[in-house]
Order: sequence, then C-alpha cells, then structure tokens
Amino acid sequence: MKTLIRLAKDDSVAIALQPLSAGTHVTLGDLQIQLSSDIKVGHKVAVCDIAAGDKIRRNSVEIGSATKPIAIGEHVHLHNLKSDYIPTLNKHYLDREVSS
Amino acid sequence: MMRGYLRSDGRKGIRNIVLVAYLVECAHHVAHEIYLPSRHNNVHLIGFPGCYPSDYATQMMQRLCTHPNVGAVLLVSLGCESFDRRRVENAVAASGRPLKTLVIQEAGGTAPSLKEGQAWVQQQVEAMSHAPTCSIEFADITIGAICGGSDTFSGITGNPAVGRAFDQLANLGTKAIFEETGELIGCEQHMIGRAETPAVAQAIDHAMRKAAEYYEVMGHSSFALGNADGGLTTIEEKSLGAYAKSGSGPIRGVIKPGDVPTQGGIYLLDVIPDGPVRFGFPNINDNAEIAELIACGAHLILFITGRGSVVGSAISPVIKICANPMTYERMSGDMDINAGRVVTEDTTLDEVSQEVIDLVRAVAGGERTCSEALGHQEFILTYKQFEPTGPGCFPGVTAAIPMSQE
Repeated sequence: MKTLIRLAKDDSVAIALQPLSAGTHVTLGDLQIQLSSDIKVGHKVAVCDIAAGDKIRRNSVEIGSATKPIAIGEHVHLHNLKSDYIPTLNKHYLDREVSS
Repeated sequence: MMRGYLRSDGRKGIRNIVLVAYLVECAHHVAHEIYLPSRHNNVHLIGFPGCYPSDYATQMMQRLCTHPNVGAVLLVSLGCESFDRRRVENAVAASGRPLKTLVIQEAGGTAPSLKEGQAWVQQQVEAMSHAPTCSIEFADITIGAICGGSDTFSGITGNPAVGRAFDQLANLGTKAIFEETGELIGCEQHMIGRAETPAVAQAIDHAMRKAAEYYEVMGHSSFALGNADGGLTTIEEKSLGAYAKSGSGPIRGVIKPGDVPTQGGIYLLDVIPDGPVRFGFPNINDNAEIAELIACGAHLILFITGRGSVVGSAISPVIKICANPMTYERMSGDMDINAGRVVTEDTTLDEVSQEVIDLVRAVAGGERTCSEALGHQEFILTYKQFEPTGPGCFPGVTAAIPMSQE
C-alpha cells in the first residue's frame, strides 16, 4: 500500500494513506519529502512551499487558501488552511479541540 | 434477473412493503407496537412527529405512501392532530393500494387500536406474499446517492466509483439522483458546465446560491467534527469528494424533495428549504436526506461512507459502499462493498463501479443488503418549507412529476 497519494499533478498537497511519523522521508515521483510532524491517515501534507494567501489545490480543485506560509513536508489542516466560502468550524467545534 | 411489482402509475417496485405510518408523535407508540411483531415480514414504520400542519411533511408522506416499493398502507392517527391525513388517504386510495386509517381516539385507545392494527397488517402481509411480479429493467429504476460519515477516502475511492456507476446507469435509462447542495459548495461552476439546458444551468446556480446563503445564516457549513478528524479541512474539500459521486455526464434537471423524475439521466436534488431560515438545519442527519431521495422515487440508495455509517432506511434498501479500507476491516458486517481496495490492492475504480452495478441488479432482484439483513430501518421527517419547482428545472413537461402539480 502506498504511503502518500497526490491526486493530480498540479496539486499542492498529497494525502497520507497510512499513519506517518515526523522525520519520515517519502518519495513522491521525483520529489523527496521529509515530514515535519506526525501525519494521520487521510490528512494532507504540503508537497511544495506554499505562501500565505496561496490557493491550495487537491485533485486540481482549489480547496481554500493558506493562512500562513507552509513549507514542503508540513501538515496542512485547520491551523494553516481556511475555506474561501464558509468557515469550517465554529467556536463550538474549536472549543472541543479538533485534533489537527 | 430483476423482478418487481407493477403499480397503477406504471412504476415498478423492487420490494412489496406494508407501510405503517404515524401522523403525529402521539400515535408513534401505537404504530410502533403494531409494526414490531411483523418487522421481519416486510413491514416498515415511518411517521411525522409534528402536530402543526406542514405542506412539506404532507407531501413527503403522500409520496412515501405511494412509493413503488410500498404495497399497502396503514395510517395511524391520534385523532386531534393537525396533519391533513385526507391528502395522504386520497393519494393512496387513488393508487389502488390497500389502505386503512386507524384513529386511536375512535378505536377506543391503545389496546383496541393495537388489536385492530395488527390484525390488518397481518392480513396485508399474507396478501403481499401472493402478489404477482413483473420483470424490471435498469430504465425502471431510480437510484439515489448520498455520502455520510465522509473522510478523505470517500473522495478517493467510494465517491468516484459511484460516479462512474452513475454515468453508466444513466446511459441505461436509470434515474440517478445526487444531493446535497450544501455539500457541493465550491463545485458550482463545474456543475453548471454539465447542465443539459440553460434553464437547468440557471436552476443549479440558483440552488447553489440558496445553499451558500442558508449555511451562512446558520453560521456553519455542512461539516462535522469527524470530517476534520478524518483529515478534511474545508467545505470545498469535502464538497469535491461528495461531488465525485455524481459522475461526469449531463445533469438533466434540478428537483426538490417529492419531485419524481420520469426520464433517465442524472438529477440534482435541491434539499435546501426556500425562503428565510425557519426550522433550523436543512437536514439534521443522513436519514433525512435518504427519506427525501426516496420521496423522489429512489428504489435504492447508494450510501458511501468513510468513517463508517451503519444506517439503512425504511422503504428502500441502502447499499453501503465503504471508502476507507481500515473502516471496512473494523465494520465489514455493515458494508456491502469495499471500495478501499482501490488504495490497498490493485483494484481500479472501474472494477468497483462494476461491482456497484452488479449489486444494484442483485438487490433489485431481491437480494438483501447488509443493512436490510441487520434490520436497519431508520427514518426521520421534520419540518421544512419549499416553493414549487420552477418549470425550467426539467427539460420537458413529462420529465418529472413535481409535487405542486397534484
């Protein structure tokens, strides 16, 4: 089974297909990525350096904007990616400490 | 070989159910007790809890009680509720189905009602077992697709596989309905590009704007805590996964709950209420959406789950397609198809899609889904409000039977 899957060539994120530990080196095509934190299954990893405000692409579709600079190998989730439509989680949810 | 039951409106059912329907919460217990002894004999229970009148609920009940999978109907009324039961009675009677209305206050209370109701249901169960069958084609079938308990795998395996099945089935003349607009925010332009006519494009645009506005007022997108735990971050990302289940073929129309498409093709079900936000969340859970798909005539439901939903439904069988291979390992007894093989094995999306179509054929032929075998018959109906569907939403006058024309 694969470790990471990038759904389309121009995507800025890849998705973990199994739990991955911080420091792990993953080869994705001609890319060498070192993970800067633990990544749970189904979560996203940056496969390029992303600037704050950049659109993030998955399967060739924009899924939101970066809220801060994201380096290759970093976890991409609620802490650095926001919806361009509707805030994902309201205060009620954030108070419950979504695991990131 | 698919066999079914021909109804007076020309539609064919894939099940022959005796439906017990309570018309207010006050009649729920009596209806439930009538249903319980026969629950393994194709008797299903639905109902509406509210006492205040609701056009939406009345129309939903009317459509559900005349659904092609339903063979006979017992309405259970307390007697003083505001529900307009005559509209449902008239629709069922006009369809030629055996019908009985049990009014608890007139029957003498709980015990006499139970006796009378159970006897009638028993009689109908007996009659159903002798009902003649007819052959069924894919063109006779309406399918609804829903995803629930979604995670990242939903958009990688289960939904794209169902999307491919949707395209194939639509080509065979199946009416294939997907939803829900609130979970498709971010995919508007792509959907509009698939509209079969400019009027349908406009209807999609209108439905999506309505969804975005509605959720903005609610201050909350259609996004659950479990979605974020599973790795999904934004509503657009979740939408992208949900949207994949609709395939890529032309979108023939936009329908509202209770509109029944009569021509094969792919339809978008607009589940967001019209007008100002009045009754809260558009659909409070997956079964509320499943009930609406069934009211649009869906004979069976394709339910794609990543986190692992276990639900089935009253009236129409639910086929569960598990997108996440780890979830499948834990919950295989609830899952009909393991779409996660796409990431763990060499299985392709096309192979899973074929498996879905083969299972549709088998279930339409009488094979029970996991949720049916486990006795799942979830059902919920709450207050909502809709305006009649606009004439531009269908490509032709015969393409659907909108609720408002009855």
